[in-house]
Amino acid sequence: MADVLTGGSQEREHHPLTLVPKADAKQSAKDFKSDQEVRWCPGCGDYAVLAAVQGFMPELGLAKENVVFVSGIGCSSRFPYYMNTFGMHSIHGRAPAIATGLAAARRDLSVWVVTGDGDALSIGGNHLIHALRRNVNLKILLFNNRIYGLTKGQYSPTSEAGKLTKSSPMGSLDAPFNPVSLAIGAEASFVARTVDSDRKHLTEVLRAAADHPGTALVEIYQNCNIFNDGAFEALKDKQQAQEAVIRLEHGQPIRFGVPGEDGLGGKGVVRDPVTGDLKVVDVAEHGTDGILVHDAHSASPTQAFALSRLADPDTLHRTPVGVFRDVRRPVYETEMAEQLEQAVERYGKGELATLLAGNDTWTVL
Amino acid sequence: MTQQVSQESAKEVRRLDRVIIRFAGDSGDGMQLTGDRFTSETASFGNDLSTLPNFPAEIRAPAGTLPGVSSFQLHFADHDILTPGDAPNVLVAMNPAALKANVGDLPRGAEIIVNTDEFTKRAMAKVGYDTSPIEDGSLDGYRVHPVPLTTLTVEALKDFDLGRKEAGRSKNMFALGLLSWMYNRPVEGTERFLRSKFAKKPEIAEANVTAFRAGWNFGETTEDFAVSYEVAPASKAFPPGTYRNVSGNLALSYGLVAASQQADLPLFLGSYPITPASDILHELSKHKNFGVRTFQAEDEIAGIGAALGAAFGGSLAVTTTSGPGVALKSETIGLAVSLELPLLIVDIQRGGPSTGLPTKTEQADLLQAMYGRNGEAPVPIVAPATPGDCFDAALEATRIALTYRTPVFLLSDGYLANGSEPWRVPEIDELPDLRVQFTTSPNHVLEDGSEVFWPYKRDPETLARPWAVPGTPGLEHRIGGIEKQDGTGNISYDPANHEYMVRTRQAKVDGVTVPDLTVDDPDGEAKVLVIGWGSTYGPITAGVRRVRREGLHVAQAHLRHLNPFPANLGEVLRSYDRVIVPEMNLGQLATLLRARYLVDAQPHTQVNGMPFKAEQLAHVLKEAIEHG
Repeated sequence: MADVLTGGSQEREHHPLTLVPKADAKQSAKDFKSDQEVRWCPGCGDYAVLAAVQGFMPELGLAKENVVFVSGIGCSSRFPYYMNTFGMHSIHGRAPAIATGLAAARRDLSVWVVTGDGDALSIGGNHLIHALRRNVNLKILLFNNRIYGLTKGQYSPTSEAGKLTKSSPMGSLDAPFNPVSLAIGAEASFVARTVDSDRKHLTEVLRAAADHPGTALVEIYQNCNIFNDGAFEALKDKQQAQEAVIRLEHGQPIRFGVPGEDGLGGKGVVRDPVTGDLKVVDVAEHGTDGILVHDAHSASPTQAFALSRLADPDTLHRTPVGVFRDVRRPVYETEMAEQLEQAVERYGKGELATLLAGNDTWTVL
Repeated sequence: MTQQVSQESAKEVRRLDRVIIRFAGDSGDGMQLTGDRFTSETASFGNDLSTLPNFPAEIRAPAGTLPGVSSFQLHFADHDILTPGDAPNVLVAMNPAALKANVGDLPRGAEIIVNTDEFTKRAMAKVGYDTSPIEDGSLDGYRVHPVPLTTLTVEALKDFDLGRKEAGRSKNMFALGLLSWMYNRPVEGTERFLRSKFAKKPEIAEANVTAFRAGWNFGETTEDFAVSYEVAPASKAFPPGTYRNVSGNLALSYGLVAASQQADLPLFLGSYPITPASDILHELSKHKNFGVRTFQAEDEIAGIGAALGAAFGGSLAVTTTSGPGVALKSETIGLAVSLELPLLIVDIQRGGPSTGLPTKTEQADLLQAMYGRNGEAPVPIVAPATPGDCFDAALEATRIALTYRTPVFLLSDGYLANGSEPWRVPEIDELPDLRVQFTTSPNHVLEDGSEVFWPYKRDPETLARPWAVPGTPGLEHRIGGIEKQDGTGNISYDPANHEYMVRTRQAKVDGVTVPDLTVDDPDGEAKVLVIGWGSTYGPITAGVRRVRREGLHVAQAHLRHLNPFPANLGEVLRSYDRVIVPEMNLGQLATLLRARYLVDAQPHTQVNGMPFKAEQLAHVLKEAIEHG
C-alpha cells in the first residue's frame, strides 16, 4: 500500500489494469452486490445496467477493494451504493473531477464514474470534456434517459427539441447535445454507445472500455419508465430495431437492416462523394463497393464523428451502437507518475532540510 | 536616528538604525524584480526586513499612467521590525506617474531619486503635471536627486550590441546598483542572480551586470550623492539559527511539503490559477521529487474536487485559491464536511467582492470561511500572522485536518503572500509528527458476532471517523453527501439521526484542541485589549510598541485559530474594559466575538487594499486608552 501511495512504478503499463491487484479467488456477480436495498423505480432501466455491471466485474478478476465507483447526482448516481466496492456518491456534475484526483493519485485502482445526461452534460459538462481531453484512466458510464428523473421530469440537455415537460409546457427550446459527437469533439480516446436492455451488447462494450487505457465514455441509452417511457423503443422493438440500429464492429462493413443475399444487412453506409457526408444505401441496388468498413482505431476522428451524426435525432432511426472510437494516446496519470520519477532521477529524492534552507542563508550566532 | 561613523573614504558614511525604501515605476519597468533583489541583498546582509509589493492587476497597464504604477516597499533595520513601514525615507521614481502616485506618502525631508529622462512634457502631461515638479519648486522640502537613469544606462552599455530601447531596459539595474551603493549592500548575490536568470542570453546577462555596476560607480563618483548609509545587521533581533528570506506563499508551500513529509502521505494539490495564490501552485509543481502531485484543473470546482478524490485515496490533499475561488468551491467543501475527509483549503484573500482587487490585500473572507456553505457545515480555520508563519500555519492546519478528518481553512492574504521577512530555517526534528493510521481492519461487531467496517463509527476522543482507503481488503464502503446513518454510513433520512449527525459534526469541530490564547500585557495594568487575526499582526504589534513607548498600557492578543476559538478567549475578552479589533474588512471578527461572547468588541476597519499603518493603529489605541 505504501508503495502505491508514495511512488510511481518504473513499469509503463500498457493495459489500464496492469497495476490493479487481482482477486485471490474466482468471483461472481454476488460478490459485487452490496447489502443495500436498491431504490430505483420498479421497471427502471438502471436495474438492467446494474445487473450487467455486477455480472461483468468478475470477468476482470480485480481485487474488489481496488475498484471504486464515483457518481454525481441523479437517479443513476445512486449506483455506487449498490456495488460492494469502494464508492462515493458526490455532488452534482463533479464526479469526473473527483475521480480524476483519485485516479491520478492512485494508479492501483480501477475507477468508474456513473453519471447521467443532466449530471454529465449540463451541470458537469466542463468536467466531462476535460476528463476526456486529459485521458485520465476513468471508465465513464453515462446513463442517458433524455430527461431529468430525480427532479421529476424536466427536459435534459439530450431531450429532443420541442419536448413537452413540466418546465417546458409549450415545448423545450434547447437543441440537444449528441453525447457521442460531444465526446469525440472533446478529444475522447474511447467512445461507445449501448442500450440498457441489450445485456450482451452492454457487456461487450464494458469489456472494451475496461481494456482501454485512458478515459472511456460509454453512453448507455436507458429507459425512464416514469418520465420518458419508451424513449428508445425504436431501438428495442424487434421489428423496428432491425432498421433503426446499426451495430458497429471494428473491421466489419457497416451494414444493417433486413439481411440481404449475403446474409449481412440489406443496407450499408457509404460516403457521399459530393458532400463527404455519410449516407445509407440499399446494398442490393448500390452493390458492396464503397460500403464503409468500421475502423474504431483510426487516428482521424472524422469517420467516427460522421457516424455519430447519422441517427435521426427524433426517430432514432439509423442509430449506431458499439465502439465508435478506440485509439491509444498518453494516459494522464501514467505521465504524471513518470514526471515524478524523472524529477527524482534529475534532482534526487527530495530532502526537506535542503529544500527549507535554500541556497541563500545567513547564520545568527 | 543617524550618527556619523566614518569618513575614511572620500564620502561620508552615516549609520542609520532603519530605512524604508520604495521603488516605483511603470509595471514594465521591473520594479518588483528590483525590490526582490534589494531584499535578497539586505537579507543576506543580516538586517531584519519586511516588504510590501504593490502592483496593478493588469500585466502591462497603459505605460506612464497612474494606474500602471508598480511599486515595492522595503523596510530594513538593525533591530527587529514588524511592518514594511508607514512612510518611505527614500523614493525611487522611474517616471512622472511613479512620482505623482507616491510623493504623497513621503514625509518632508525624504530623499527622492528621479529618472529625469522620463520627465518629458508629454509624460508629465499624461499625469497632470503642467510644469516639471523637479524644477517648479513643488518638491521643495525633499532632498531630490535628479538622475538621467536611462541616458546613463545606455551610455554604460554602449559597447554592447543593443539598441537604445533595449539598453534602456536595464535602467532598473542601474537604479538598483545606485541604491546598493547608497546602503552598502553586498552585490555578489545580484550579479550571480542576473547571470543565472539570463543564462541563455549571456549578452543580456552581462549588460544587466554592467548597468548594475555602473549604478554603483555612479553613486560612488558623482557629487550629487555625498553620503552613503550603513544599517548594521540585526544580530540581536534574532535567536541563533540559520536564516533566509521567505515570502508568505513560499513559506506556505514549504509548509505543505513539510506536512506531507511529516505525515508520510503524498501531497496532492488540485488548483486553478488565481491571483494571489498561483505562486503556491508554481512552487509545488517544482517539487515532484518529493512525490508532490500538482493538478492544474479546468476550474476551481475541479481543483477541489480532484483534491477531495485524492483525499479519499489517502493523499494529503490541498486546494489553493482566493476569495472568488472559495465561492465556487463551497459546495465541495460542504461535501468534504459530510464525507469527513481531511482536506486543506488555502485561501489567499484579496480585495472583494467579486473580482474586486486581485492584487491587493483584504481579510474579508473570514465569514465566508466560517459560514459560506449550505446547511450546518462547520470548518476549522487557521490564520498565519506573518509571511514566515505561513509555514507553521500550514503544519497546524494539516494536524487538524488529519486528526479530525475534516476540511480546514488556511486563511492567508495578499499582504502575507507577497510580503517577505527573514525566517529561521527550522530543524527537521523540531517539526511535529503528523503521521496517521489508516484503518485496515473491521471496527465493529454485529449482534450475530460478525465483524464489519463502519465508516462512521467515531473515535470517542476526537469524534473523527476512520480513514479506510481504497485498496484495503474487506473495508469496501460507500460514502456520499446524503445524510448518513450514524455508524454504518448508510443513507438515512431519519429525523433523529440527522439531528444527531448535525450536532456531532459541530461537536467534532468545536472539540478541536487549540492552544489557549496568550495575552501580551507586560505590567497587567492595561484596560484596553487589542485583538487581531492573520496578517494584521505586524502593524498591530508595531502600533502597540509605539503606544507603550509613550508610557501607556495596552494588552495585545492575536488569534491563530478562528474556528474553534481558544477556550479561554471569552475570559480574556471580559478581562478588559475595552476591546479593539483592527481588521481589513468591515468588522467580521468583531461580529463573531460579539455574537459568541456578548462583549462590546469595537472594530477598527480598513478596506483600501493595503495593510494598516503602525502610526494609524497607535493613534486608534491611544484614543481608546485616553478616552476609554
